[in-house]
Amino acid sequence: MSAPAPASASPPDGRRASLQRRSAFGANLADRAFRWGTLAFGASVIALIGFLAAQLVRASHPALKQFGWSFITSAAWDPVHGAFGVLFAIYGTVVTSLLALAFAVPVGLGAALFLAELSPRWLRQPVSFLIELLAAVPSIVYGLWGIFVLVPAIRPVEAWLQARFGFIPLFQGAPYGIGMLAAALVLSVMVLPYITAMSREVLQAVPAAQREAAYALGATRWETIRGPVLRSARSGIVGAVILALGRAVGETMAVTMVIGNRAEIPTSLFSPAYTLASLIANEFAEATGELHISALVGAALVLLVLTIAINAIARLLIWRVTGGVRVAA
Amino acid sequence: MRGRGRQAILALVLVLGTAGCGKQSSSPSGSASGVTLTGAGASFPYPLYSKWIAEYAKVAPEARINYQSIGSGGGIQQLKAGTVDFGASDAPLSDEEMKAMPAPIIHLPAAAGAVAVVYSFPNLRGTLRFTGPVLAAIFLGEITRWNDDRIAQLNPGVTTPDLPIAVIHRSDGSGTTHLFTSYLATVSKRWSDKAGLGKSVKWPVGIGAKGNEGVAGMVKQTPGAIGYVELAYAIQNTLSFGAIQSPAGEFVTPSAASVAAATTGAASAMQKDVRVSIVNSAGAGAYPISGFTYLLVYREQKNAAKAEALVGFLKWAMSQGQSYAEDLDYAPLPEAVVALNEDAIQIIAAGSSGAGAG
Repeated sequence: MSAPAPASASPPDGRRASLQRRSAFGANLADRAFRWGTLAFGASVIALIGFLAAQLVRASHPALKQFGWSFITSAAWDPVHGAFGVLFAIYGTVVTSLLALAFAVPVGLGAALFLAELSPRWLRQPVSFLIELLAAVPSIVYGLWGIFVLVPAIRPVEAWLQARFGFIPLFQGAPYGIGMLAAALVLSVMVLPYITAMSREVLQAVPAAQREAAYALGATRWETIRGPVLRSARSGIVGAVILALGRAVGETMAVTMVIGNRAEIPTSLFSPAYTLASLIANEFAEATGELHISALVGAALVLLVLTIAINAIARLLIWRVTGGVRVAA
Repeated sequence: MRGRGRQAILALVLVLGTAGCGKQSSSPSGSASGVTLTGAGASFPYPLYSKWIAEYAKVAPEARINYQSIGSGGGIQQLKAGTVDFGASDAPLSDEEMKAMPAPIIHLPAAAGAVAVVYSFPNLRGTLRFTGPVLAAIFLGEITRWNDDRIAQLNPGVTTPDLPIAVIHRSDGSGTTHLFTSYLATVSKRWSDKAGLGKSVKWPVGIGAKGNEGVAGMVKQTPGAIGYVELAYAIQNTLSFGAIQSPAGEFVTPSAASVAAATTGAASAMQKDVRVSIVNSAGAGAYPISGFTYLLVYREQKNAAKAEALVGFLKWAMSQGQSYAEDLDYAPLPEAVVALNEDAIQIIAAGSSGAGAG
């Protein structure tokens, strides 16, 4: 505001005009090439998704035509008798993913808060690096870790829970270790780095002035974090959580290895279940019947729709959250 | 923070965009010199086929052979599309599937294998005995504990623990599952009504594990588990496997010899159609859960050079190739079946010379 205004025109126009004069034709061309080039890249992403969706719809048409809505409302998956309904896989996908978030969000957010607000400076880098390293571990390694370390470890825990709280349906069924709980735990470790890394960035981006203002008003550290810091970072944190959810929904290999792959809707956390991604991974290679293949492609379509729905909900949530409090950043 | 986030997203979009554009070409490899044969299909015989390919390369270095164990389903699809020169499947094609192929297909039994019933529980000694109906009852979820009378009666002198039975089955579609369920369907009406036979079936009970190695691993570490794997995996993982009662009343353990016993009885029936089942074979010492694995080739070959190479490889596989079977826990083909295969290979050869250099 305090910049001295040039005599003639308003500053941006004047600057642009002089720039054009100086750079002449070449820069203009480069500008335009850059613009169209990036537009082409941007459009290609949209085209790719459109093409993907069209292919899925086309290839799943026989199954969708035969089963109609019962394809997503029925849980009968029987390749031998030609009955295909994916409700059990939708259920397994959603429940394991949400459960994974329930485990990972408190830990991930807690770690992010520690790193951003409380950690001594020398500890910040190594811990952040280690957490982000979790994201670089291949899925299959998590699967093997799940089978050989996690499952034997939670088997006695499950047995104990069952002995104490077996009257609750959540803890019934044979405690083999393999099942929804194991899948959710593996997923929670896999999504942890996304939640922590993104939340930490968001928290660090909250202006120091906000904190100082809160301290100046006599707020304790906890009050400062709970109030201005978390409030400003809210939308970013929700975004991080939703990104993690998207990752959990699509995860295939590690889940397939520990979930038990059972085409049923279980009530117990200990029961084996199925996810859409593992269903496709398991059966596609050996599917020979037209209807079977088409039903598997249908499952892929459902997974795509589910992912899009999650992202749409995420957008809505972020809009609502940011709409509530308008924080100058 | 917003700005940075946006930049990151933009960068991601750019990367995805370029990746999307770049993923266009994956052309099947042609051959510059010599002939390259490609095959695709079942994973069950993959160890044997890769051994054959390695050994045949020493005998006939001019023919290069490439086998992808992508699964029987994929192998059949690729053969149908003409992208591979031969397919491989554990289950023979049904009449319907044969009709769906663009040209007549010849089935060549390549070797025979067994599916072992494996189990593990603490302090286990010796081999457990099973009958078909008891196995079916276990996999139907009707027998739920190891100390069930029906298991105890078959195994006098063995005290099975008071432990729930954890059924482990394949989660991925597989020829192993096809063979195992076709056995259960043969011996149990209830199984065939309720679950049926196929590469993927709706299991009444149990946990699904991916691949032979997945089932073997899970059986090994779950107390009270029972599952089924291809024999080689049971031996490699030092798992205990059961003796299964044959129609003759003997309890037979799986081995190359007991599978061979199952194949010999089948030779006469195979004169008419090689797509026979040798499950629950009546022969002496025959292991009941045995099956052939098949190579699939077109009777009329379009490319004379490839046909010649293919015939050469198949002839070798049916003669010298058979000697590698036993080391890998497959049963070599009985002579009568080898003779049938040789006749079939003659037909391929004749067909190709008739087709000329198309």
